[in-house]
Amino acid sequence: MPAIEMTTPAALPADWRDFVALTKPRVMSLVVFSGLAGLLVAPVQLPFVLGFTAILCIALGAGACGALNQWYEAEIDAKMRRTAKRPLPAGRMDRQSALHFGVGLAFFSVILMGLATNWLAAILLAVSILFYVLIYTVWLKPRTAQNIVIGGAAGAFPPLIGWVAATGHVAALPLLLFAIIFLWTPPHFWALSLFVRSDYAAAGIPMLPVVAGFENTRRQIFLYSLPMAGAAVAPWPLGLAGPIYGGSAAVLSFVFVVLAARVLANRSDDPKQMAAEKKLFAYSVFYLFALFTVLVADRWLGA
Amino acid sequence: MKLEDEVVRRQRERAKITAWLLGAFVILMFFITLAKTGINW
Repeated sequence: MPAIEMTTPAALPADWRDFVALTKPRVMSLVVFSGLAGLLVAPVQLPFVLGFTAILCIALGAGACGALNQWYEAEIDAKMRRTAKRPLPAGRMDRQSALHFGVGLAFFSVILMGLATNWLAAILLAVSILFYVLIYTVWLKPRTAQNIVIGGAAGAFPPLIGWVAATGHVAALPLLLFAIIFLWTPPHFWALSLFVRSDYAAAGIPMLPVVAGFENTRRQIFLYSLPMAGAAVAPWPLGLAGPIYGGSAAVLSFVFVVLAARVLANRSDDPKQMAAEKKLFAYSVFYLFALFTVLVADRWLGA
Repeated sequence: MKLEDEVVRRQRERAKITAWLLGAFVILMFFITLAKTGINW
């Protein structure tokens, strides 16, 4: 075995790719997309460079959340198959580097947002980062099965931040977009947590399937999908979006509710027989992308 | 590969990336300043 593989990880400076992995790029893509949607549906058009910087700051803020989350949960991540290969549990990076990187990214993203757009957007970005790290990761996640419900607010901020970056104020439409993501988060994460329940149980995280069981979780998924569908369609009757969005949102949300009903009908505790849950999880990601794409298309085609 | 060589390789790689990012930041700040002051090209 070469000498390099026998050394302790802390003896080596972390590879730059591990810093990228620390930012959870896949999660970041959805955050960036929803932030971009908020920016594009706003009635004010920013100069390109300022819009680009606003989205960059949202991405860096999300990256900071990912890094600080992994710094705090390194020991928990080591116990779960899904997360054991991350840079910290795999021993490719020391915790202090992750902490410095996360804090640095957080400050940089907030200050740059304030300088490039406005300080209300910067404050909202700071609140979302603090909410995710302190309220969700540190406080709620290890303590309550409702962690995702309240913690989901952190992920709902990007479209609001995008809108405020463009306009400088809060309005009804971005608040509805906030509500859509807020109500979408529990069904999305609970669908995942149903088929990786053993991972969460092994790590001692009180996700709903671990604490309340499969049946209760499936019922909650279905119940949350109903107000989520209502919030998704609401911009149309409220006159905040046109019929292109309204019709598409109704169809997309109907499919979501049908898939949630299939999850509700499933009685299996075996992850191998959770095709309905896996389908809902995959569709939920598509749903949010599609919904926000249609909203932007509606605004630009209808304008 | 020796440990020292790998350490130096990674440090150089990170230094290069940091330099590129700082350069990109300077250019970004330049264009943000132009946009904020309302100068149109």
